[in-house]
Amino acid sequence: MNASITLVVLMAVMYGTGVYVMLEKSLTRILIGFLLVGNATNLLIFLMSGRSGSSPIIDGGTADAPMVDPVPQVLMLTAIVINFGVTAFILALIYRSWWLSNLGDEGDDVIAGEEEQDAAEADQAHEFHQSLEGDDDAVRAVLGEGSGAGDDDDDEPSEQERDVMR
Amino acid sequence: MILILLLFAGLSALTPILTRLLSTKVFYLVALLPAGAFFWTLAQSGVVLSEHAEGTASITEYVPWIPQLDIALSFRMDTLAWLLALVVTGVGALVLIYCARYFSRDEPSLGRFAALLLAFAGTMFGLVTADDIYIMFMFWEITSVLSYLLIGHYTGRKESRGAALQALLVTTFGGLAMLVGIVLLTADAGTTSIAELVADPPAGSALVTASILLILVGALSKSALVPFHFWLPAAMAAPTPVSAYLHAAAMVKAGIYLIARLAPGFADTPGWTPVLVSLGVWTMLLGAWRSLRQNDLKLLLAYGTVSQLGFLTVVVGFGTRDAALAGAALLLAHALFKATLFLVVGIIDHDEGTRDLREISGLGRRRPLLAAVALIAVASMAGIPPLLGFVAKEGVLTAFLEAGLGSADAPADPWGWVALVGVSVGSILTVAYSARFFWGAFTTKKKTTDALAGPQAHAAAHGEPAHPPARSILAAPVVLTLATIAFGLLASPLGHALESYADTMPDAETADYHLALWHGLEPALGISALIIAAGLGLFALRKPFARLQKKVPALVDASRTYWGIVRAVDQVAAHVTVFAQKGGLPQYISTILVVFVLCLGTATAFNRTWPSEFVLFDYPAQVFVAAAMAVAAVMAARATHRLAAVLLVGATGFGLVALFAFHGAPDLALTQALVETVTVVVFVLVLRRLPQKIAQHNKPVRQGRRILIGTLVGVTMGLVGFIALGARQAGGLGDELARLALEEGHGKNVVNVMLVDIRAWDTMNELSVLVVVATGVASLIFVTGRNFTIPRLRESRGRRQATNRRDLVADPHTADASPDDRQHSWLLGGRTLSPENRSLILEVLVRLVFHPAIVVSIFLLFAGHNLPGGGFAAGVLAGLALIARYLAGGRYELGETIPIGPGILLGVGMLLATGTAVGSLFAGADILTSAYFETDVPLLGHISFGTSTIFDVGVYLVVIGVILDILRALGGEVDRQQAEDDVDAAPDDHSVVADEADTRGRVASRATSGPLGRDDEARAGSGDALEEEARP
Repeated sequence: MNASITLVVLMAVMYGTGVYVMLEKSLTRILIGFLLVGNATNLLIFLMSGRSGSSPIIDGGTADAPMVDPVPQVLMLTAIVINFGVTAFILALIYRSWWLSNLGDEGDDVIAGEEEQDAAEADQAHEFHQSLEGDDDAVRAVLGEGSGAGDDDDDEPSEQERDVMR
Repeated sequence: MILILLLFAGLSALTPILTRLLSTKVFYLVALLPAGAFFWTLAQSGVVLSEHAEGTASITEYVPWIPQLDIALSFRMDTLAWLLALVVTGVGALVLIYCARYFSRDEPSLGRFAALLLAFAGTMFGLVTADDIYIMFMFWEITSVLSYLLIGHYTGRKESRGAALQALLVTTFGGLAMLVGIVLLTADAGTTSIAELVADPPAGSALVTASILLILVGALSKSALVPFHFWLPAAMAAPTPVSAYLHAAAMVKAGIYLIARLAPGFADTPGWTPVLVSLGVWTMLLGAWRSLRQNDLKLLLAYGTVSQLGFLTVVVGFGTRDAALAGAALLLAHALFKATLFLVVGIIDHDEGTRDLREISGLGRRRPLLAAVALIAVASMAGIPPLLGFVAKEGVLTAFLEAGLGSADAPADPWGWVALVGVSVGSILTVAYSARFFWGAFTTKKKTTDALAGPQAHAAAHGEPAHPPARSILAAPVVLTLATIAFGLLASPLGHALESYADTMPDAETADYHLALWHGLEPALGISALIIAAGLGLFALRKPFARLQKKVPALVDASRTYWGIVRAVDQVAAHVTVFAQKGGLPQYISTILVVFVLCLGTATAFNRTWPSEFVLFDYPAQVFVAAAMAVAAVMAARATHRLAAVLLVGATGFGLVALFAFHGAPDLALTQALVETVTVVVFVLVLRRLPQKIAQHNKPVRQGRRILIGTLVGVTMGLVGFIALGARQAGGLGDELARLALEEGHGKNVVNVMLVDIRAWDTMNELSVLVVVATGVASLIFVTGRNFTIPRLRESRGRRQATNRRDLVADPHTADASPDDRQHSWLLGGRTLSPENRSLILEVLVRLVFHPAIVVSIFLLFAGHNLPGGGFAAGVLAGLALIARYLAGGRYELGETIPIGPGILLGVGMLLATGTAVGSLFAGADILTSAYFETDVPLLGHISFGTSTIFDVGVYLVVIGVILDILRALGGEVDRQQAEDDVDAAPDDHSVVADEADTRGRVASRATSGPLGRDDEARAGSGDALEEEARP
């Protein structure tokens, strides 16, 4: 099977540009990249179907050229329609995020502000951590580690111990 | 046994519901099940105990489950399983009965608690009877999870949550090690049956040793041995019945059970005896030592349990027949007395409102029966005759003594002395803390003054009212205590029963010890006497001893190590998260792509199969198309205007159309062209609301990196494609598929036949994806819920019945200008648009093109089987026709065109597709098999109609539904939201809005109001005015 260099190069270019655009933060750009990469992938499958020939439709007589492999075509047909569905979904996402923030050209960003979000997440993690440590400390308090456990039997228990024991 | 387990599962699931009806009485009901299991097990005694004498197998049940892995639901009840099953079901039933009085009616989440406890009893039953080691492991892990839930019963308390998590982490860590060991062992031995493993252990190799030691890690963590002992005292945060059951009688015994189970086959594994004896002795001493320092009665018992578990481990793990016999007896004894003591503590807690032994005084006088019960249990724990604890301890001491001395058949075992001395010292401490427990709980102490005032004083002092439970709560402890006494007196028959387990040990031939209350004046009796005397002496000297204890620092602080490890894991996880999840989506994609490039790049670097022959292009036009597409792609990447970028991407899509068409792929070209058009339109629908320019946030540095990654990915993909082309060896499936399509699928269009017949599963999944997408789009846009009324014009229903409908296409210019004749517009919805948004030419064009387009789409649908076309292309074409209607006439036009919701279209489409799929099942064929009806019809000629055509109609409807849903959401609803925004901005600006509100009101009242009068329409106003204006 021989290959058409032109199509291979075209596919590489579309992948490259698609990825380049996809790495941006704007959702619209990501969608553009997604479409380019989607088309490039279709092209890749298309390439694999071999050289061109007669269409895979049986017209009774013997075809002039050998029939093209129909399997990649079926895969691509499916891919095209799914691509469309996902595109529509991302568009709805874009609109929704814009509608939510309504911040003009900032609206369709993936992340509003990286630093703020990081800070918020760090705070959350810290809170969670603290609550876990609180639980741990409570367990230790019950077991009397580091407190006055093992005092003489006649000693009055401390207030903390009293609380813990019930 | 399987039936019993199913009953447990079923009743546990029902318990929360039953609890709502019965409140605390539910415990009596659910206790019936473990009680039933207890008596069932008891009824099997004859079989289990007698059959063994003949050397035959015990009661077994076997249901294959995963034959590929040799895993089966196999259960087996031999003596050991019988003993454990009796303990877990018996104690389980008693604890459940106890719960009925322990909890008050207003206890939160009582139903959950009852269900979990019952499920736990069932799980334990399964654990001890399972014969397949993986099934056993499953039950093992379930007990860990249930114990987590039960320890954390008081979800509001910090120490509960912390202790529950700690217990879970420690025991599942052990479980994980055990799983590795189990896999190694079963892979080596070639069987998963525990009985077979033990009967015929695999030859001793390093692998077997490692696997056994790993399994022991699991057992030791479960039974809270050093260095895992710390979780058990913390677990006392659980309600007392849980402590009594899980942490005395049942779950912690799982580890002991496993050791006892494996001992007959693997006790001679290198490392087995040293590990178990040394850790066991250490645990016994450590637990007892700490127990003496506790003032909380429950914690005292908890450390005592740790100590006793160490004791048990030494005994059952020792590996001689006599030790095994003594171990089995000790296991029973411990379950009986320790559960009793925990239950007693629970009663004291309720009675006095505290568990601090320094605050309790004079309870023995107030509750003599309770004191008596506790005394007997404590005595059994201390090993005082004539109780079961004494009998067991005698057996232990004798076994170790004999092992240490050696005999004619067996050489002296130094570990025997280690065990003997360790156990003796541990027992002295045990006697001391036993005495301290009873003294602390029941005697009258001089210095405590407020205790004399009774529970009320405590209540007043601490604000938590003590609520002495009814006397019937004593039932469970009393029964357990009676068993302790009875088994002590009936030591010989009990011993006889347990011997059938002990005799499975390798040295059964040479040992002949029997359990008995009185063996005569033997060395073991002397040691016992010394232990008791020393223990009581230690108790008498408790104050100096406590001072001594304070001076001795803790040798190891396992729990601190644990906290350290947990904290370190947390921090590492946090660092990893911060490191790996920085920078949002672009960063994630970059990481994935870089890994992709590295992996595939490495693979291509080693590639040796480059295509031997290649051409620059297939045909000259290809170069031009490709060049145009490449330029469009690059420009799309650089475009700053949204619309420009979209159109350029669209150009690459249409380039593909050309390539497909030249290549011999008419179906693809058709579908791609239609889809590309729809995509661009939908894009524009959304982008009209967004700002023109795409925001630029990327710093130049990032841009360099993006270019680099993009280039690398492009080059990699190019190389991969190139190599793949050269690597292909076999020819295409074209000819074979063509034959299949014609003979089996009755169609000449191979691609279409594959979609609807040969690969119909794939298509069906795709349809599901489309339905999900449509629903997703709708839910993103219709924020307040998808409204089920389709926006329509108010008069449409009446007008459709009007007799002058035929005038619809009449020229509006010459028709009579009566304002009543509103049907004289080309598109009904057009009137709702504002004049500047309206295009009459477009309306006329759409009006004329729409119906032909639908006809063509239906033609494509049915012709697709033999010619280019098919459900997808036809559906998209019909969708395009709808889009045209919407663009020309606005969102009301959409409702007028298709007055049913997209949901119905999607549903019917899916129903047709799945219906044909399932229908073939009823005909006795495989799913999705298609059938054909062929006939000759006049005029039309030969017709072949198959179920695959119905399938294709389903595809058609789903595609239309998707496009309609997208139109309604991204088109109509966005229009509406825009109109609302405009209203906010300028209240009396746009007439559309007034009409909007008006129509919405009417849609609601349409059902009753019927055709509307002139006044109403005059109020609607603007719409009419617009129409007038539109007419020149």
